[in-house]
This record gives sequence, structure tokens and C-alpha cells, in this order.
Amino acid sequence: MLGVLSAVGVAALLLFGLILSPPDVAQADSVRLFYIHVPSAIVGLYLAFGVTCLGSIIHLRNGSVFWDLLAGAAAEIGVVFAGFTLVTGMLWGRPTWGVYWQWDPRLTSTSLSFLLFLGYLAVRRLDLDPAVRSKRAAILGIIGFLNLIIVRQSVQWWRSLHQGSTLNPVDAQIDGLMLFSFFLGLIALTSVFFWLLLHRFRVAWMEHQIEAASVTTALAARRSEAADYDGLAGNT
Amino acid sequence: MLRDAWLIASKDLRVEWSSKVLTGQVLPFGVLVLILFGFGISPDRRVVEAPERAVLEQVAPGLFWMAVLLSALLALGRSFAIESVDGNLDALKLTGLDPAGIFLGKGLAVWLELVALEVVLGAGAFLLYGAPLGHPGLLAVTVAATTTSVAAAGTLYAALASGLRVRDTLVPLLVLPVLAPVLLGATLATEAALFGPAGDGWPWAGFLGAFALLYLGAGILSFGPLLEET
Amino acid sequence: MTQPGNPSPEAGPTSARPTAASLPVVALDGAVTLLGGFPALAGADLRVQPGEIVLLEGPNGAGKSTLLRLCAGLAPLQQGSGRVLDNDLSDRVGRRRVRRAVGLLGHQTSLYDELTVEQNVRFWARANRAVDTDIEPALERLGIGGRLRDVPVSGLSAGQRRRTALAVIVCRRPHLWLLDEPHAGLDRAGRDLVDDLVRQAVAHGATVMLSSHELDRATELATRIVTVAGGRPLERGPSPEPGPGSARTCTGSADAA
Repeated sequence: MLGVLSAVGVAALLLFGLILSPPDVAQADSVRLFYIHVPSAIVGLYLAFGVTCLGSIIHLRNGSVFWDLLAGAAAEIGVVFAGFTLVTGMLWGRPTWGVYWQWDPRLTSTSLSFLLFLGYLAVRRLDLDPAVRSKRAAILGIIGFLNLIIVRQSVQWWRSLHQGSTLNPVDAQIDGLMLFSFFLGLIALTSVFFWLLLHRFRVAWMEHQIEAASVTTALAARRSEAADYDGLAGNT
Repeated sequence: MLRDAWLIASKDLRVEWSSKVLTGQVLPFGVLVLILFGFGISPDRRVVEAPERAVLEQVAPGLFWMAVLLSALLALGRSFAIESVDGNLDALKLTGLDPAGIFLGKGLAVWLELVALEVVLGAGAFLLYGAPLGHPGLLAVTVAATTTSVAAAGTLYAALASGLRVRDTLVPLLVLPVLAPVLLGATLATEAALFGPAGDGWPWAGFLGAFALLYLGAGILSFGPLLEET
Repeated sequence: MTQPGNPSPEAGPTSARPTAASLPVVALDGAVTLLGGFPALAGADLRVQPGEIVLLEGPNGAGKSTLLRLCAGLAPLQQGSGRVLDNDLSDRVGRRRVRRAVGLLGHQTSLYDELTVEQNVRFWARANRAVDTDIEPALERLGIGGRLRDVPVSGLSAGQRRRTALAVIVCRRPHLWLLDEPHAGLDRAGRDLVDDLVRQAVAHGATVMLSSHELDRATELATRIVTVAGGRPLERGPSPEPGPGSARTCTGSADAA
């Protein structure tokens, strides 16, 4: 269901974004990158890491494995979206600014947020007891989201002191069809996000189930060690 | 809580005092970083718009805080290295100490160590890069707020990575993106304190103060769950 | 808090039955502890009554250390139930209370290498809310009050480190002593000292669980021997073979020795 919606959404986005919407007056065809760049930034940074933060809060409150795994899955997809945002941003920067990297507030803060959540994923992958690991990851997930907002605000503030805000994609003089394409991109990428989230979470959940099931056999194996020892002890 | 904090802080400082890791290793490292920055940015290079000023002098605030941040990573690693050996973390969990007190105590020890470090590195930066001091009040507030931010956030993240074999590599990855806004704010506020006008610096000093309070709160709240873990 | 010379704990384990008021110090039912997915404890059932000295014996890797750590509130309790000193181990608050009330001597000594013997004992005693006047006698009792007092712990031998760690526990005055191979690394005098400390603690109303491979010595000290194998205690003696869940059989029957 969600998969079909995602596929249709992406196809429609391609149609509107690449063919139907007009080229921008100033930026020509490179404006089309915005139909995926901005939505992927919104979905990756705010939606995905928002889900991570929410899941972390709930996990810390009641120790729910469900929300812990969901938080982890959302962060993984969020990092991919953030990376995608960086790449499309730089591709857009090349024809617009003449260089791949300009110390643009959005791009700078996105790269920091990207690194912030790579750290979160590094903690999730630590060789630790699962309960300990999810607790630490949850604390990190909550503070990480707060920090993401601080990073974005401070970088924006910093750059705004030196230069005017860079070109805003959703300007008032935007064409109706362009605005439609933008919102279409937002819907399509949100749907893609939830679709990926569903599948990534399902894999994580099944892994968890397998682990839980293996505990039963591990317990039996562990108990049977006692029989060997009892036999030995009986002989002495 | 405060009594526990002082107990932990005095213990940490006593360990530091007898091991001399801070004065013997971290401090020389910081000075080394300051000198190497001088190599990276040629001391002869002049500011294009103002040829009478050296580039090194103009970027001195940023370089100083980078040197502090890199040295702080070592001090933070050290702060939890002493707890990670010989089951000390378990023993801390077995005490009746208030988790918030443990956080504040470890943070306070790091804070005092960092201030000592900043005094020496600041003198070094003044000697090596040469910069006027326009507004000492703003500088003092900036130093206090930045150090609190680094100590609080650093202690929290170092605790998250404690007890791990990969701790030494994980802490910089976790802490540096978090402290990026602090570096930004500290640099701009210090620039204003040195070269003026002070009005440019006070909002950033306020930002640093807010950041410090936020992370003090976060640490106080999350050390309980961290120490509760089994 | 503890009453010196109270006769009842000494007689506790051998008395016909525990009084209705005396709750077990340790009560585990089907306790499972997973360490990195491995069931270190696989359904442990155990009752320990006040005043007992329980010796845990069994092969390496049987789960003795984990059992002691679980009773200290340091190892996780994933399945089953556990109460120590009338606090629930699966509850956050209960676990905190347990941690504060026990004295655990693990394989590690929990000392700061850079600090001296006295500084270490003083720090941990204060952290444990011990009385300052207990520190001096504890140092003397463990034989580290003389020349060793001002030696940094990094310069101590393994046995001297253990003596220092024991001094911390003595200051702590725990209700439940959890000693993981306390005899290891100590000389004869040191091992005698450990036994004395254990007897004295029990005489003052404490309860002791210890593991040891010095079976001759420990058997003499213990009031009951529990064999641990395959991640759970196997009750020995007259009680029938305990299957999983038949924990009640060993309740109160503390006369295996």
C-alpha cells in the first residue's frame, strides 16, 4: 500500500518536477533539484530525527523495545536522507554559485546534523548489552534532536551576520506549478520515508524476535551444563 | 547533591594532581596545537583589507578555542579513563551518591582543569599571535560560559561512551558536532571582546550561557538512568 | 543499625525454622540474566535466610559471579523475580536500595591507582556514607594502617589491593556481604582474616554469600553449601531434585552442611 503510494508519488514527482513545471527565471533548470532537495531535508532532518527523538523518549519512559527499534530505524533512514540533501545541495550549488561548497547556513548545519546522527548510529552499533545500548542511544537521541535545532539556529544566525540569507527556494514570486511540484515532492518523499521505515523496522523487529527465540534454546543448553557437572561431582 | 559533587570533584583533582597527566601531557599538547596553527597560517600573511594587521592575529580567537577544544577532548577522556579501570564505575553505582552529584562533580573537576588550561593557552595565544584586549568583562563571561558548556556537554557524552573499548575514538565523534555551535559562539564573542565592538559579542555570550544551562540540565537528568543501567 | 552481640543471627541457620517475621535476605525465583545474549543465569532459584554464610561452589563459568552481581543489583534480571533485603530487583528504586545496602568484593578491587591506600579508603567510605571514625579501625584491622597507608595503590601487590578493598567493605557495614573468591591472592594470614571478618559480620547481624575454590577452608566457614552449575544453583542434600519452578522446596531448608 505504502509502497504503491511511494512509487506513484515518485513517478508523479518526476513528471511534474522534470517536465511540467517551468524553469526558473534566475536559476533555469537547476531549480528542479529543489523539488527533492528541500523535501528530503525536511523529511530527513525533522521528520526522521523527530521520530528518533519521540521513540527515544518513549523508550526511556517504559523501556519499550518497539520504540527503541523504531528510533534506530528512523535515524538510519534520516542519515541517508540527510546525505542525499547534502549531495543535491552541492549539485545545485555548482551551477548557481560556481562552487560545490559555499558556507551556506542550511548546507553547513545539515552537514553537522549528518555527523551528529552518524555518532548516534555509532552508539547503536556498539558491542554492548542490548538494554544498556538502547538506553544510552535513547539519551543520545533526545539530546541529539535538541542539538540539531541549536546547530541550525546558531549557524543561521552566524551566517546572517555576514551576508544576506541565501536564495530562498519558496519565494513569494514562485510559480503555481512549481509550488505544486514542491508539495508533491514533500508528500512523495514522506511516503518513501514511511515505506522505508516500515521495512527497516520490520527487519529489526524480526532480528529481535530471533534473538528472543534463541534465548529459550540458549537457556536449555545452559541448564544442561549442570547435568554434566552433577555426574562428575557424583563420582568423587 | 552538592556535597557529593564536591566529593567527586576533589577526588578527581587529587588523582590529577598526583598523576600530572594534565600538566605533563594535555597542556603541552595544547601549546603544540597553538604553534602548529601558526605553521598552517603563515605568521607573515597580512589581512587584505587592513595590511597593518596579521591574519594570525585576526583569527587568534578561533585558533585559541580550537586548541582548547582539542585539549578538552583529552581531559574528558582522562576524566572517565580513571573510572573505567578496576571496576570503579560499578563501585560508584554501589554507593549511595546522587547521580546528579556525580555528574556535577566530574564536570566541576573538568571545568577547573579547563580554566587552568585556558589561562596558560590564553597567555600563549597572546604571546604567539598578539591581539589587543578591548573588553575584559565580555571575555571573562565568554570564557566562563564556554568552559561550562564544554565541561557539561563533554562530561555527558564521555559518560555515554564510558566503559567501552572504542571510547577514545567515539568521544570526539560524539562531542565535536555538539560543540560546533559553542566554538562558533565562543569565537565570535571573543573576537568582539578583543577587537570590539562589544555589542556584537554579548548576544553570543548569552547564547553560550543558555547552551551551558541546557547541558547542565540534560546531564543532571540523564545521569540517573545512565548509572541505573545494569 | 546493627546490634553487636545479638545472639539470634548466630543461631539463625540451625534453628528449627525461621521466625515468621524474618524474611529471606535473598529470594530468587527463576532468575534469568543475559549477558550479551548469553544466559549467565538460566532460571536461578535461591533462598538465603538472615545470618547464613552460603558458600557457592561449582565449575568455572557456572554463574557464581553473575549470581553475586545479580544480588548486588548490578547484573540485569531479565526473567523471573528476585528480592534482596526485601527490595525488588526488577524495580528501579528497589535496585538502588539494594546497591546501597550490600558490600560486593568482586574480581576487581575498585581502587584509584594514583591515590594512596588511605585516600582510597577515605573516598569510598565517604561515598558510601560511612562514619569517618570507622576508617582508622578498618585500616588497622586489615593490616594496612602502617607503612602501606601512604603508598599509592599502584605500588601494592594483589593481596594488598584486596586488603584495601576489604577495608572499604568493612567501613561500609553492609547487611549482605557478597564476596567473589575473597581468598584468592591472599596469604594464609589474609585468608584467616577474611574468615574472621565474615564470622564477625554474621555475629553482628549480617548475611554472607561467598564463592571460593578453597573448598576446605570455605566449607568450614559456611553454614550451607550451594552448588552452582549451568547457570543456576542446584540444591544439595535431602531436598528432592528441583525442577524449574519448584523453588519452594529449598525455602528455609538451610541445613545442607
